[in-house]
Amino acid sequence: MEANQQIKVMPSPADLTADDFARIGADEKQAEIIQRESVSALKDAWQRLLSNKLAMTALFILIAIALMSIFGPLMSKFNYYSNDLLSGNMKPNSEHWFGTDDFGRDMFVRTWYGARISLVVGLVAALIDLCIGVVYGGIMGFFGGRVDTIMNKFSEILYAIPYLLVTILLLVVMEPSLVTIIIALTITGWINMSWIVRGEIIQLKNREFVLASRSMGAGSGRLLFRHLLPNALGPIIVTVTLSVPNAIFAEAFLSFLGLGVQAPVASLGSMINDALTGWLYYPWRMLFPAVLISLIMLSFNILGDGLRDALDPNLKN
Amino acid sequence: MEPILQVKDLHVSFQVKGGEVKAVRGMNFEVGKGETVAIVGESGSGKSVTAQTIMRLIPSPPSIVKQGEILFQGQDILKKSNKQMEAIRGKDIGMIFQDPMTSLNPTIRIGKQITEVLIKHQKMSAGEAKKRAIEMLKLVGIKNAEARFNQYPHEFSGGMRQRAMIAIALACRPSLLIADEPTTALDVTIQAQIMDVMKDMQERLGTSIILITHDLGVVAGMCDRVIVMYAGEVVESGTKWEIFKNPQHPYTKGLLRSMPRLDQKKGEPLIPIIGTPPDLIKPPIGCPFAARCDKAMKVCERIDPEATVFSDTHLARCWNLHPMAKEVHPNE
Amino acid sequence: MSKGKTLIEVEGLKKYFNVGGGGVLKAVNDISFSIAEGETLGLVGESGCGKSTAGRTILRLYEPTAGSVRFNGVDINTLSPGKMKAMRRDMQMIFQDPYASLNPRFTVTDIIGEALDIHKMAGSRKERKKRVEELLDMVGLNPDHATRYPHEFSGGQRQRIGIARALAVNPKFIICDEPISALDVSIQAQVVNLLEDLQNRLGLTYLFIAHDLSMVKHISDRVAVMYLGRIVELAESEELYANPLHPYTKTLLSAIPIPDPEIEANKKRIIHEDHGNGPIHTDKDASVSGGTYDLENSELVEVSKGHFVSMPKKG
Repeated sequence: MEANQQIKVMPSPADLTADDFARIGADEKQAEIIQRESVSALKDAWQRLLSNKLAMTALFILIAIALMSIFGPLMSKFNYYSNDLLSGNMKPNSEHWFGTDDFGRDMFVRTWYGARISLVVGLVAALIDLCIGVVYGGIMGFFGGRVDTIMNKFSEILYAIPYLLVTILLLVVMEPSLVTIIIALTITGWINMSWIVRGEIIQLKNREFVLASRSMGAGSGRLLFRHLLPNALGPIIVTVTLSVPNAIFAEAFLSFLGLGVQAPVASLGSMINDALTGWLYYPWRMLFPAVLISLIMLSFNILGDGLRDALDPNLKN
Repeated sequence: MEPILQVKDLHVSFQVKGGEVKAVRGMNFEVGKGETVAIVGESGSGKSVTAQTIMRLIPSPPSIVKQGEILFQGQDILKKSNKQMEAIRGKDIGMIFQDPMTSLNPTIRIGKQITEVLIKHQKMSAGEAKKRAIEMLKLVGIKNAEARFNQYPHEFSGGMRQRAMIAIALACRPSLLIADEPTTALDVTIQAQIMDVMKDMQERLGTSIILITHDLGVVAGMCDRVIVMYAGEVVESGTKWEIFKNPQHPYTKGLLRSMPRLDQKKGEPLIPIIGTPPDLIKPPIGCPFAARCDKAMKVCERIDPEATVFSDTHLARCWNLHPMAKEVHPNE
Repeated sequence: MSKGKTLIEVEGLKKYFNVGGGGVLKAVNDISFSIAEGETLGLVGESGCGKSTAGRTILRLYEPTAGSVRFNGVDINTLSPGKMKAMRRDMQMIFQDPYASLNPRFTVTDIIGEALDIHKMAGSRKERKKRVEELLDMVGLNPDHATRYPHEFSGGQRQRIGIARALAVNPKFIICDEPISALDVSIQAQVVNLLEDLQNRLGLTYLFIAHDLSMVKHISDRVAVMYLGRIVELAESEELYANPLHPYTKTLLSAIPIPDPEIEANKKRIIHEDHGNGPIHTDKDASVSGGTYDLENSELVEVSKGHFVSMPKKG
């Protein structure tokens, strides 16, 4: 020990006794204890999403629209297809809440019915994109090498063909119907998803936890379905969420061009198209479907952004 | 020695989900002119937060300076506006970071990254700035400085990049350099060179240095004084001789014991510190090291000890240094 | 040190990677060594020297470009996938990054139990749970934490989870790939002591890969120094420290900081030229202070018993 020239003793509270200085030593149990609450990554993401007011508003709006598209038409005594030429182009009133169109069909029922069609098209197309994209992208990313090169080239070629051209050709061959539209949308729609999945898998497959699993003798199936895809779940969910409004918009666009669902079946796009001719005189005919489709697309995009933030805590923390 | 930087009773917290992480809980220290002070601690000890608070680099929120002041050349940094702070950063206080890969802008030539600082802070002409930049590159030991001036960061190796970072940080001759784990990402042979460069630059320019590190080995070769941090508090501080030759706090002693040394005989077991540092979302009431300390006493869990001062430079915070502890355990 | 028979024999192992523009990165370039049962061989070198690639190639996580790895006399690179899978029970790995090496979506039970599932070593869920708790206890973790996720643990605790995972299949040989370099100083000793303790208890054989020569010296019986894909020196650890022969080893030894201001103040450092070329070296780049020679035309020569140094080939 050095000479303690000027030791300044620490001040001590008055009530210390010799017993306070009894040795207790290190407490290994206490030193290893984990204090924070246990949360899985998904639960954590969900909690983050819950605290995002904008995204929750969007989710709420989407749920409300979905419910109205299912039950809305039942709330009115009218249906979407019956013509009533005597009460055509009526303004919104106590009987026809959203007014009527030129054939006297009730706009309230038609709008919600159209929203139903749009949502179905969007969701089904997104779901099909998801299935094809995950499998195709998963195979590309996981096996790599020549498999990847060939499959990737194929998807690039497909992507290079203008999708409107493909769609129009398809609609020429097949009857314009809901099924045809969904097929048209998914022919090229899955490519984006497959690229996202491929990128994620390539990034993940050299991570140490995957190597660890391989070093234990895990086979391809286990690696892909237990390790790789679950960890790519975040970007996959976000991509699905963002591809729904894309499909809805594409459907609306096709219907607007007259290539979509055929009257008397209504979709939001075809209703806007119908309203186009007299929109200066009967603006409500365009207003309701246009507002609704904007609301749906905006909500999906906001929700997708919220999901992205929630699932990738690295983005903001 | 006149202090260039004084940190007084600094408390910094982070707002996180589920509470507040009290990352720095009462830091007090000074850095003298031309002095090198090391802040040693493990991850989560608050050493980097302290450094970044001095530079005002941590976004707020989530970070909040709860209390305390940071006097740089007599003026409180925490009271400066962002604009005033920008004028200080790079000019009066330079900083180098752990990862030279990410702290250089990959799209700008190395030379330009140095001249930019010079033109901004020293109002130099482009020609003057270039001359100074090349001179700086030479000073930090980069050969062919003229050719290297026009290269991009990816054309530099890790060690070269860190040298370039030092050149940028010191270009305006700041009076204080904060080096946050400057060699952690580098190989040992490169680490040795970077430390040499920093020492050399300090001798030439008289810069004060705060070296943030977890590696006591680096400290022994480089620093004048050492501050040992644990769980957001200073547990011991002293000159390097005091810390290495006469450590007083069980944590400091434990750190020194747990490191293998090349000059040690084989077969001598390492004596680890058991356990894990406390989660600062709920810091212990008493001494934060108590749960891991083989010399812990009942009082340690109840009250956080104050400092016992051994000399002008040496202090430690541990109940075992209290006179009553020596009475109860006379034989230790 | 009387160690048992040879367990691992690596001979002429090479692993090349194609890099852009037709270039070839010779990450591992013709290395040979053997490890006896119960022995720890340290493999040191700096980033980019190929030590981690060597470890992964030995475990056949990468297919080697050339050379052989014999485990108990069996060349594992000739094994069928089925036999290789069975062989993996004997050879395990502990990874460097305790953050990246555990699947963030798995609970600790699933991480450790995965190997048991793959090799069908647990008959029932109850048995699996019991074995996982046993393993957690073995590495000093609280079995109550078995249902938690990796991100809730500290670095040292995660590394112990990684060790428990490696131990699950009762391996004979474990490659420790920089198991402590991402950990805090106060935690490193815990993990090293645990590894040593497990070695004594279970009779494990280690290949300990690291860049920290002081820790390698502490844990290893013999040490191999790797530089640019080759082993430039191999000797018993005391011998290597007391009598380093290769200039690169000398550089490495002189660069390690020692936590003692007295020693640091008097230390002479041997400078290693930093060519500034980044991680992809060329073979001609083997200049170390004390002379340049062509590593491509070098061989390991035994200069004293058990002490090998790389020297230019004669003739």
